[in-house]
Amino acid sequence: MQRFLILFGALAFMLVACSDDDNTPQEDIDSFNRTAMLENWADNIIIPGYDVLNNAINDLNNATDQFVAMPDATNLANLRAAWRESYRTFQKVSMFEIGKAEAVFFRARFNTYPTDTATLEAAVLDGNYNLELPSNRDIQGFPALDYLLNGLGENDADILEHYTFNPNATKYLSYLRELVVELQTLSEEVHNDWTNGYRDTFVSNDGSSASASVDKLTNDYVFYYEKALRAGKIGIPAGVFSNQPLPQNVESYYNPEFSRELALIALQSTQDFFNGKSFGNNQTGPSFKSYLNYLNTIKNGEDLSQLINDQFDVAQNKLEALNASLVQQIQQDNTKMYEAFDELQRNVILMKVDMLQAMDVNVDYVDTDGD
Amino acid sequence: MKTAFSNYLKKPTEAAPLAVFRIFFGLMMFGSILRFWANGWIEKLYLEPKFHFSFYGFEWVQPLGVATYGIFAVCAISAMLVAVGYKYRWAISVFFLSFTYIELMDKTTYLNHYYFISCLSFLMIFLPAHRYFSLDAWQSGKASKIVPAWTIDSIKLLLGIVYFYAGLAKLNSDWLFRAMPLKIWLPSKYDLPLLGSLLQEEWVHYVFSWSGMLYDVSIPFLLLYRKTRWFAFGMVVIFHVLTRVLFPIGMFPFIMIVSTLVFFDANLHHKILNGISRILNIDKKRWDLQLPNAMQPAVRKFQLLIVGFFLAVQLLFPWRYLLYPGELFWTEEGYRFSWRVMLMEKAGYAQFKIRNGETDTSFYIDNSDFLTPFQEKQMSFQPDFILEYAHKLADHFRKQGHENIEVYVESYVALNGRRSQPFIDPSINLLEQQESFQHKTWILPFNDTISEL
Repeated sequence: MQRFLILFGALAFMLVACSDDDNTPQEDIDSFNRTAMLENWADNIIIPGYDVLNNAINDLNNATDQFVAMPDATNLANLRAAWRESYRTFQKVSMFEIGKAEAVFFRARFNTYPTDTATLEAAVLDGNYNLELPSNRDIQGFPALDYLLNGLGENDADILEHYTFNPNATKYLSYLRELVVELQTLSEEVHNDWTNGYRDTFVSNDGSSASASVDKLTNDYVFYYEKALRAGKIGIPAGVFSNQPLPQNVESYYNPEFSRELALIALQSTQDFFNGKSFGNNQTGPSFKSYLNYLNTIKNGEDLSQLINDQFDVAQNKLEALNASLVQQIQQDNTKMYEAFDELQRNVILMKVDMLQAMDVNVDYVDTDGD
Repeated sequence: MKTAFSNYLKKPTEAAPLAVFRIFFGLMMFGSILRFWANGWIEKLYLEPKFHFSFYGFEWVQPLGVATYGIFAVCAISAMLVAVGYKYRWAISVFFLSFTYIELMDKTTYLNHYYFISCLSFLMIFLPAHRYFSLDAWQSGKASKIVPAWTIDSIKLLLGIVYFYAGLAKLNSDWLFRAMPLKIWLPSKYDLPLLGSLLQEEWVHYVFSWSGMLYDVSIPFLLLYRKTRWFAFGMVVIFHVLTRVLFPIGMFPFIMIVSTLVFFDANLHHKILNGISRILNIDKKRWDLQLPNAMQPAVRKFQLLIVGFFLAVQLLFPWRYLLYPGELFWTEEGYRFSWRVMLMEKAGYAQFKIRNGETDTSFYIDNSDFLTPFQEKQMSFQPDFILEYAHKLADHFRKQGHENIEVYVESYVALNGRRSQPFIDPSINLLEQQESFQHKTWILPFNDTISEL
């Protein structure tokens, strides 16, 4: 009985010792420093990204003010330019759906397309709508602005008519105003959360469970690449998931000459993040790439990070070969869209299967098999 | 020989180890069910998914909506009744049935240790675990300090099979000579105090692989032999605590640690029962003073036959993989129900295509429209899941009015750190294939060799 007690005492001690895992200094000299990777992500990529997005949306806000004050051709052109610039910047941060961004459904609020124009028109006329409702995701964000700035009429004069001589002009102006204010609120909310504490929460959550930062952001990243980029920007409009092509599902449908550029920026941003490249300059820091390289020194497997980077390049070439207007591309030669989809797809396999396996990232928290 | 065997069957032994086993088993099962419930897994695993993956032949076992909670409640209550030994035969039978029903509802959640619980509870139906230190024995006065030795030995044999076969399964080139999959799993536990940086070292992965294998094949014998028993139990504790720290495997390590107590002499079990008596203020003498009464021979024969048959199946069933061609880890034909635990890190990606055979138009499936992330993960690298899913997709689209449906899949699987490679023949219309125990010819060959027993 005594020995029995000693053993159970030892068992209890080990359990306590093992669950007490705070304040242990990281002494991994030769092993990969995940905290440094999280710092690189937060300080050099994510927060600077939201900085720039915030500024771009401020510019968008100012341009909107001017347009509302005087809805003329010059102000419309300026507003469109500001819309394009902030839409571009959004593509660079959309993959970071973590923390506040996750809580407010950042991507869904900013970029659900295609816009439901009938519901949007009804909301404009009614003036009574709640943008926070999940059912109203497709009447707001950049795609709704696309419709308001580019899709209201055949030409600029038609469009401007809606904001000037149209009996509902003030309603259109106030809806436009409302959408931009909402984007500004959301963008500031997420940015402020990162700069007021979440950054430290994010970096210090450096464990290896499914809820730890590395695992979570990795899952978000792969999800973004697979669903928002590969499927959303190319696959769905090309008709890969439906019986026929859906050109109306192209991002920036009312200004389709902009659609390929958005997809290319998104692709470049995912590759930059993979390589740990700082936002806005060419410095690189700890990243998926260096993590995979480190793991490979243990495993002696194939050079996975090189394979993934090569595949990014191939996919980029395929996207660049497309018409600047993906709508036109689909209507003229949809096989090229399929080709681009296939090359994007190859990296889904390399990242979702090979990379997640190498990093041993958990998909979800459930018991797995045990001995 | 024959007399030696029939003498063995008559050999009596103390009932205390069986009683302790029953009590701990019941309590831990009760705790496991509560934990499962409290974690919200009933909702998440059995109510949220749109459909469930069934074991071949058990398609009729499905979650019952909200009533699924009732099954878990029945299971928990019967576990508690087993622990206290009230209407034991009924309680353990109901526990076996409800627990097994739960496990059969969706094979996505298949775990060897759940299968182990089903096996163990089935065996216990035929063991007189309620003769001592139980409410049954308290009320009816049918207490017995003595039970046939084979009844306790059958539990030892089942435990021995689990360990030994798990050890044999580790005799493969990936485990021993590539230290896979531990080489993937251990470095990711960098955040463990003390161990974290050690787990980055390659030699540590080999030490873990080899010692794990040696542990599994030798532990049943070390537990059987009196002189090494305490040492072996120490190993059991260290081994299972370590696996608990390293891997998300729930209650299983504790179940195994407590189960191995059955190998010890009755002395220890009497001390444990004395302890329980003191805490609960029960008079243990009430059972001790009773005279042992013999079991009915007819019942014994019937029980023996079932237990003997069951154990023979347990010994043979894991070898069925030898009947299938191809690499076991790749095809997983004969992989389950064989104590192959933690042998593989496998991940896959499966892109399904629905084709109209007449118009030659097709579209891809977004798996998240139909499956939970956990189901999608399990489906993507197991051929029987892929086949069942293909048929369910066809059912779905048929209902939507689609015609001439054909289902194809383009899939890639990575096994134990190898680069992903094509898994299922993409030119095969999966609807023309039916589930069976036959070899699945549409699994593409594995481009590497793993030597195994």
